[in-house]
Amino acid sequence: MGNRTQLYDTHVEMGGKMVDFGGWDMPLHYGSQMDEHHKVRQEAGMFDVSHMTVVDITGAGAQDFLRKLLANDVAKIAATPGKALYTGMLNENGGVIDDLIVYQREGWFRLVVNCATREKDLAWIRKQAEAFDVEITEQPQLAIMAVQGPEAIARVVEVLGIEWKDAIESLKIFQGTAKGDWFAARTGYTGEDGLEIMLPEEDAPGFWRALADKGVAPCGLGARDTLRLEAGMNLYGHEMDDDTSPLCANMGWTITWEPANRDFIGRKALEAQKAEGVKEKLVGLVLEGKGVLRAGQKVVVDGVDGTGIITSGTFSPTLGHSIAMARVPVEAGDNAQVEMRNKLVDVKVIKPAFVRNGKKVF
Amino acid sequence: MSDIRNELKYVSSHEWIRLEEDGTVTIGITDHAQDSLGDVVYVETPEVGTALAEGDEAGVVESVKAASDIYAPISGEVVAVNEVLEDAPETVNESPYDDGWFFRMQPSDASELDKLLDADGYREVVDSE
Repeated sequence: MGNRTQLYDTHVEMGGKMVDFGGWDMPLHYGSQMDEHHKVRQEAGMFDVSHMTVVDITGAGAQDFLRKLLANDVAKIAATPGKALYTGMLNENGGVIDDLIVYQREGWFRLVVNCATREKDLAWIRKQAEAFDVEITEQPQLAIMAVQGPEAIARVVEVLGIEWKDAIESLKIFQGTAKGDWFAARTGYTGEDGLEIMLPEEDAPGFWRALADKGVAPCGLGARDTLRLEAGMNLYGHEMDDDTSPLCANMGWTITWEPANRDFIGRKALEAQKAEGVKEKLVGLVLEGKGVLRAGQKVVVDGVDGTGIITSGTFSPTLGHSIAMARVPVEAGDNAQVEMRNKLVDVKVIKPAFVRNGKKVF
Repeated sequence: MSDIRNELKYVSSHEWIRLEEDGTVTIGITDHAQDSLGDVVYVETPEVGTALAEGDEAGVVESVKAASDIYAPISGEVVAVNEVLEDAPETVNESPYDDGWFFRMQPSDASELDKLLDADGYREVVDSE
């Protein structure tokens, strides 16, 4: 038996097919991954992501510490409590230890990191924190629910009522608001509008049921993966890892280079890579014919030495054909071939984004 | 609990086999197999007229989650394929034992039929997974 979130019994009662995910027993789907996917694109769905790790960084040196630890610069969110920032946490070689969201909370910061990388993340954060006046506190008693879809915010407001209405409806993208132990932010991993809500775990089953009563569909990790892939969002361990540079993983936009004297971990390695020329890039692949692109398949580009590899592939429920993300030689143009079941199949190469806000974007 | 029908034969690679009155056999994948695969999005069936030996790759079923090969449970010639699956692969999920059949064969060696699992035998395979 793996770890269980406070919502485990609720998932089972609602028909969740439970599978092991990074040591946690989590719902893969509640009947049909495809139906759940469409619900999120068209109406609203909810995900239990309480397995993710919440780490609070407090103390007088919190901001200085995170400006060293993270490739994106928390100074950008320092003036706006509740504001969120997506960033990589890099090693000295410029590889990605993890990708995470950091929230600014009235002078302290909250990080949400991946569950599969929890131990190495915490060890790395604690080690780097030794030189700073900070306290590192994990918050395992918090549940996290992502409510996503064009109707998600309206459904949440219906459940939480007048007390939250104005605060939630006035949230900008990547902005959060707190009340007591609850925190709701307009972030997500689906390419749709919606909220990610952190709340005391004992409140989670009641909130989940209340949202279900309003028509919000319980969704499993299966739909979470097809939705994030359609949105062109990275998954740690697939699009990037300890040996992958953010410059080869479509994460260049998450690196803040200015001011030039901010010496974040990994900076020197990234600067050397840029000076030498980055060799690979992350792209999207589109297969309009039959078959499903899968992680690990080889990508061949005409006239280019060396091959690429699919990092994530799936059938896109919204588009009705297969899509993938792949790391390929930087010279790759608009076309490539993928080796599928001993055959070379033509695919289109695009920027890694397929569907946003319910619509095809390429 | 998945549906395992008593009137059908099975192989441990999760295909079911129905002996038809005209001596042909119909082949599909079991309820357990479709449930493990999740939403089916493509089915590749063999061509009519193909001669297959027992254990040969006969096609592929792809779900959102994974690709899985379909094997010929017996030797013989393919005499029909289910064309419905071309445009409606989800039929495999909805009706694995009826509308979601894959292909039909004319067996070339009747003795192979005796080696197939009955429902209890297949139930043991599923329980041991």
